[in-house]
Order: sequence, then C-alpha cells, then structure tokens
Amino acid sequence: MPLLELKDVHARYGPIRALHGVSLKVDDGEVVAILGANGAGKTTTLRSISGMTRTSGEITFAGRKIARKATESVARLGIAHVPEGRGLFPELTVWENLRMGAVARGGDFGAAAKRVVGYFPWIERRRDQAAATLSGGEQQMLALARALVSGPRLLMLDEPSLGLAPTIVRELFGVIRRLNESEGLTVLVVEQNATIALDVASRAYVLEVGKVAVEGTSDELSRHEGVRKSYLGY
Amino acid sequence: MAAFLQQVVSGLAQGAIFASLALALVLIYRSTDVLNFSQGEMATFTTFIAWSLMNQGLSYWPAFALTLVIAFAGGALVERTIIRPVEHRPEIVIVIITIGLLIALNGLTGWIWGAEVKSFDSPFPNRTTEVGGVVISIQDLGVLGVCLATVFVLWAFFRFTTLGLVMRAVANSQEASRLMGVRVGWMLALGWGLAAALGAVAGMMAAPTVFLDPNMMLIILIYSFAAAVLGGIDSPVGAVVGGLVLGVLINVLGTYVDFVGGELRLPAALTVLLIVLLVRPQGLFGHRVVTRV
Amino acid sequence: MGRWRPLLGKAIGPVLFALGIVVVALLPRFMGEFRLLQFTLVAIYVIALLGLNILTGYSGQISLGHGAFVGLGAYICALLSLGRPGLELYMIDPPGWLPLGDGMRPVFTIPIAALVTGIIGFIVGIPALRLGGISLALATLAIAVSFPILMKRFSEVTGGGGGLNLNLPETPFGWDISTRHWLYYEAWVTAGVLFVVAWLLVRGRIGRAWRAIRDGEVAAVSAGVNPALYKTFAFGVSSAYAGAAGALFAIETSYVNPDTFPVGLSILLLASAVIGGLGSLAGVVFGALLYEFLPIYAQKPPIFSFDFADQAPAVVFGVFLIVIMLLLPGGVAGLFRVVARMVRGGRLRRAAPPGA
Repeated sequence: MPLLELKDVHARYGPIRALHGVSLKVDDGEVVAILGANGAGKTTTLRSISGMTRTSGEITFAGRKIARKATESVARLGIAHVPEGRGLFPELTVWENLRMGAVARGGDFGAAAKRVVGYFPWIERRRDQAAATLSGGEQQMLALARALVSGPRLLMLDEPSLGLAPTIVRELFGVIRRLNESEGLTVLVVEQNATIALDVASRAYVLEVGKVAVEGTSDELSRHEGVRKSYLGY
Repeated sequence: MAAFLQQVVSGLAQGAIFASLALALVLIYRSTDVLNFSQGEMATFTTFIAWSLMNQGLSYWPAFALTLVIAFAGGALVERTIIRPVEHRPEIVIVIITIGLLIALNGLTGWIWGAEVKSFDSPFPNRTTEVGGVVISIQDLGVLGVCLATVFVLWAFFRFTTLGLVMRAVANSQEASRLMGVRVGWMLALGWGLAAALGAVAGMMAAPTVFLDPNMMLIILIYSFAAAVLGGIDSPVGAVVGGLVLGVLINVLGTYVDFVGGELRLPAALTVLLIVLLVRPQGLFGHRVVTRV
Repeated sequence: MGRWRPLLGKAIGPVLFALGIVVVALLPRFMGEFRLLQFTLVAIYVIALLGLNILTGYSGQISLGHGAFVGLGAYICALLSLGRPGLELYMIDPPGWLPLGDGMRPVFTIPIAALVTGIIGFIVGIPALRLGGISLALATLAIAVSFPILMKRFSEVTGGGGGLNLNLPETPFGWDISTRHWLYYEAWVTAGVLFVVAWLLVRGRIGRAWRAIRDGEVAAVSAGVNPALYKTFAFGVSSAYAGAAGALFAIETSYVNPDTFPVGLSILLLASAVIGGLGSLAGVVFGALLYEFLPIYAQKPPIFSFDFADQAPAVVFGVFLIVIMLLLPGGVAGLFRVVARMVRGGRLRRAAPPGA
C-alpha cells in the first residue's frame, strides 16, 4: 500500500479551481518529484495534501483519509511540509525555529536536534541569530532541518531550489538524497528545476493545467521527448 | 526638584496602569491583528467581579488571584465564540464587533452592579514614605510594583516556556505554525485570555484611585491605546515604555504647564503623541507601518 | 426576459432614488410632530454618514473623529446665527478676529459651516497622510475625545458647558406649515442634494481614484493617481458633510452643548456606517435609520452620558452590533447587493485556474 495516495483530487481556492482530478502515489522510501510549468498546480497539490484548499476526491496517508482534515492535524500525522517561501518564523532565532519543528510531535527534542544538526553543522554556531537575517540558502536549509526534527514519515518540499545558487541547490539535494538513502525518508518534491529533481527522484509526475500530463520513472521521463523539450531544455 | 520627582513617580504609577492595558492591546493585536476596543470594559467587568468576591468575604490577594483566573477564562471564551467566526473578515468588521462588545459590557456592568460609584480596597497601606527627600506614596509604589511584576512574569513566560514560544510563533505566522502542527485556534484563545488577565490587573490597580464605576476604564483605554500606538502597536516593549512615558507626561504637563492645567491633560498628551507619530509613524519601537485598517 | 435584466439592474438606482423622494415627500402626512423630528434627524445622519462613507468606505481612511466635525459645524452654525448681539446675551465676547456678524438666518449658516469644516478637515487630512491605519484611528479618536473638552474650556467663545440656545427658525415664504415640517423639508432637501453630489463624486474620476487608493496605494500611484491630493480631498469633503449635518442639527434642536458631541457619537457613527455598508451610498440610509431608531437612541443622549437606570438598551445595542457583524459583514447594503446580483441574473463566474 502506498504511503500517500491521491485519487481524482479536485482542489480550489474559493471560486478558483486549481486542480482538476489529480491522481498520484508515493510509496514508502521513495523520492517522487512533481514537475510542471508555473501555474500548473504543483504547489496546489502539496497545499491540498496539507489541508489548505477546498478539496474533493480522496487523499490517503498511511491508511487514513486526510482530504478534509485541518492543516495542523495533517502535520501531526507526520507530514512535514516545507512551503514555497520556506515558512520560517522571521523574528524567532534559528534555534527557536528548530524547536518549533518539534513542538507538536513531542519526543526528545535534544536527540532529534543533534541528529539534524549533523546534516547542517552551521546551525549550532548561529543558533541565536534571527531567522530573517539568514541568506536564502541558509533559510532553506533551516526550513529543511526544522521539518526533519519532527521525524516525519513524509517530507514535502515546495520548490526548494527557488532563488538559490546552483552550488547550494546541489548541496541541498545532496542532503535530501542522503536522507533518503541512509534513513529511508520518503520525499515528495515539487520542482521547476527538472534536471536536479529527476536526478534525485526515482519517479515523477508532470502536471499541466491542474492535471497529470505525464508520469513515469526518472529514466523514462528524461528520455521522453515532450518532457525533454519543455522542462529539460534539450 | 523633589516636587518634580514626586510628580514623576506618581506619573509612573499611573503610567504602569496604562502600560498593563496597552500590553494587553498589543498582545491581542500581535496575535490576531485586531484592535480590541472592549479591552477596558473587560477589565472593568472583571474588577467588579473582584469587588463582589471581596464583598462576599474573600480577602484581597485570593480575590485578586481568582479574578485573574476568571478574566483569563472570559477572554478565551470571547475569542472562541465571537472573534473566531469572523477571523477572516475585514478588520473593520472585527473592530465594530469589539465596539459592540464594549457597549454591551458597559451596559451589562451597570445592569448587574448598578451605577453608583463604589470604593475598592487597595492592598497597599495609605501611607507615604520618603526616599532621598522625595515623598512617595506607598500606593503608587505598590501599583508600579504589581504592574511591573506582572509584565515581567509575562515576559518570562514568552521567553522561556515552550508555550510562550509557540505563541510567539503564531504571532509571526499563523500558517507556518499550522504546518508545524500547532493548534492555532487554542493559541489565539490563550492570547486573549492572557490579555484579559492583564486588563484585570490594570483595573484592580486603578480602582482604588479612580473609584469603581462602569465607566472607570473608558478614559484609561484611550490613554492605553495612545501608549500602545506611541510604543509601536506591534511592540510589547513599546507598550510598556509608552505607558510609563505617557503617565509621566500627563502628570508633568498637568502640573507644570499652566495652560494645560487639569482639564486639558488629555488633549495635550494626545497632541504630543501625535507629533511623535508624525515624525515616526510606526511608533518608538514598532516595525511595520500599518497603512490600512 | 434575459434582455431586460441588465437594463433593470442599471435602472434600479435611479428608480429607488425617485421612490425615496416620493416617500420622503409624503411621509409627513402620516405622522405627528415627534416622529417628524425623528425623521428629520435621520436626514441629518444621512448627511453625516455620507461624509463618513466617503472617507472610510471609498478612500479607505478610518476616522473615529467624525462626530467632532459634526459638533464643529453645529457650533459654527450657532455662533453665526446668534451673531455678536446674540452672544452678548450669554455674556460671551468672542475675540475680535472671529468674523461673526450680527446674526444671520440659520439656513445660510449651513453652507458656511460646511465650507469652514471642510477646510479644517482638509488641513487635518495633511498630517493624516503620514499616519497609517492604526495611528490614524488614534489621531481621529484624539480629536473626538478632545472636542467636548475644548468646547468646555474655551467658554469665552463657545458658552462652555451651558451651551448656546438658538432661536427657532421661522417658516419662510409664509408657507402654512409648522416649523417642524419646514425643518423636515429643509433637512431632506439638503440630504437629497448632498446625496446626488456624493453620487456624482463617487462614480466619477475622483471616486475611481479613491477606490484605487483604498484597494492598493502602490497600484494607484502607478496608475498615475496622486494619493496625497485625493486623500486630503476626501478628508475635506467628508468633514464638509459633517459640518453641514452639524449645522442642521443645531438648527433642528435649537441648542448646542459640548456633551451632545462626545466621543461615543464618532464611534457610533462609524458603527452605523459599517452596518449600513461601507462603500455604498444607499447603505447610509439604513445606517441613519438604525442610528435613530435603535433602542438606545430612543430619546436618550449618546453613550458616556446616559441614564444608568436602564442599561438594557445598551446591552441590546451592543449585542445587536455583534450579531449583525457576524451575519452581515458587508452591512445591509451588502445583503442587497447579493439580492440585486441574483435579480440581474448571472452566476458566480468560474475563473480560469491559475494553479501552482
């Protein structure tokens, strides 16, 4: 049984319909990417999983139906969503942001923090700095670290490469790959940067106008002519 | 000089009351983006409850503590029942609702307890003491002490406890907090509860001096609003500093500037305030300039 | 039927206005002097609320001080219609530089009061530009709070706490109707004229500029609108309306006194404007009716100086405000807009999906 499954999901923001029947699945331990142009519905897909849209259709996570649950309930079930714009608390310090990652799930913050800081050692050094003063790349990494502190079953990332220099992007995705390979972390990542996404993900879905247009393994998609031309640039 | 310092100290005591209510206003504004016009009336209502408790035989400090608990519960209840349904509506709508609450509470207070002015006991003896040639009333010192202690406890709560951290996070971003699994609704109710308790402290400290009647906090609300804006409507530090400064200002202006005298203290203080705001629209410690209500 | 619907929609405004004129003209036949007074006050509140709506509803600047401008208009009317001779009877000797004449017909004081209050409002609007929403709310609240205090303090001009009595005006042209009747028409004609003026302002370029500023100043600037000019102008216009309302109020009640214009007036005017519906001219009529006829105002003076013996009206009014805001955040006008849309036909459109 897949860890996460969407069946014919329609989502809207008020009167504006954004998803017109999206179906996808993510199995335990996989890294799956959602690709597509601006406005295709990629962010909306994550938001509907997190209960931020008016959703019809079925969304199942670890056997439970979550389509109409509130955002905080979905988070408490073990889905860590790093939104577009990172969703950090700008006036709180680096360490306080990290702590917020664990407030809902309890557990031993100390041990979890230690583990996470292992991937991003600089966090320890800059723990009292206000989050708003970090660079874009540092903010993204802090957001990722914060998401990991809760020991989530599913990590969802919305355009993590946005606005970051290529070296930082490679570093970030390197961490994601390590997390997946060594800890079996399941990841669903929305990306405009198809190249790096297909490099780390095993499968991907391409959205167009609120629907799944193409789906397959990363290999298949890298060779798919339409995908190559539109999203890989060759 | 001694006389001047005396005025300053009394001003500080008065200012401490403004600071407490201003802090309550800021607390609610930061978490729910709402200017709660009924904060003063909530304080009056709870002060009357304290009065009733003491009338029933409860001694001061137990009545004080119980009133804080009741105020807390009341504030949280108001948020959950009246404010929660309209969270997403335009701010002006919520403002009008708090105004409606102001009017209703004012009427309710008069209805339950009647309009005759009542006296309210102070826990502090009615004596004066002398420090360095300056005569200070113990009452003033007591008020200053209690208010500052309350503010300090609140500060420690926000700074050092997990719950306080969560509330600060919610004030920063409700959506991000939800993504962390925080039950934002409860946090907002908690904020309103704390604010109501703060208001109750302000009311109970003010009542011995200004005497207890349903309209007791109306003028104080205006001063506190002014203090909060002066300090920066989103700055708790600003609210406290603003309150103290305003208290001293009106005392000094009232005593030393003949033109102002007793009657024009409020307009004079507000004028000074507005001049400060023209120079610095976001207030002394504020960050964002809110351009629309 | 489909072809007629949009026409019907456009015609509704003028049709209702014409209907309103007929109703207002005929109403006096059906009521006694007291009711006539109440409905005259409704006209006065319509004028005041038109001004407030222009300021807060159309140009988006909150004002908690509108009542002070109403009071200012009332005092200007009183001082001008009494003139120096009249004021002497109160032993008031205003400073020489004040251009008070020998007393004039009250009706002429209305435009003067409007003009003077308008200019003062415009001047107030200048520093107001600098202040943001909350600060502006405080600043206007400060004006409202200070007004009665200042009127009492400067009793050498205003008659202080005792107030000033005006003479009851005479019905002009020798018409055979009671004074009350005449005042009713005077108020409603003024209200009607000012309503049309407001309507013209709002639907024209100025109104569009106001709305653009209200909805987003940055966008308005890039559209070539100079926000400063339009915002201060809005303050001026709104205060002029308040001044006119105040003058009429003084004429109507023949008495001005600082306590008639406390801060509660400003707050309740704002509440009435919101309940009527901000951004809707027709809504002000509902707001005005509400203000006059809701229990707390059944002949009781406004809040902060009320009779403690019956607090029930206050509780009722407060609860009413809360309930109506919970149910009708767009005000009464908002409700009618929804109904009108249904009459005109057409459903809520489905926008193209932007998605991600």
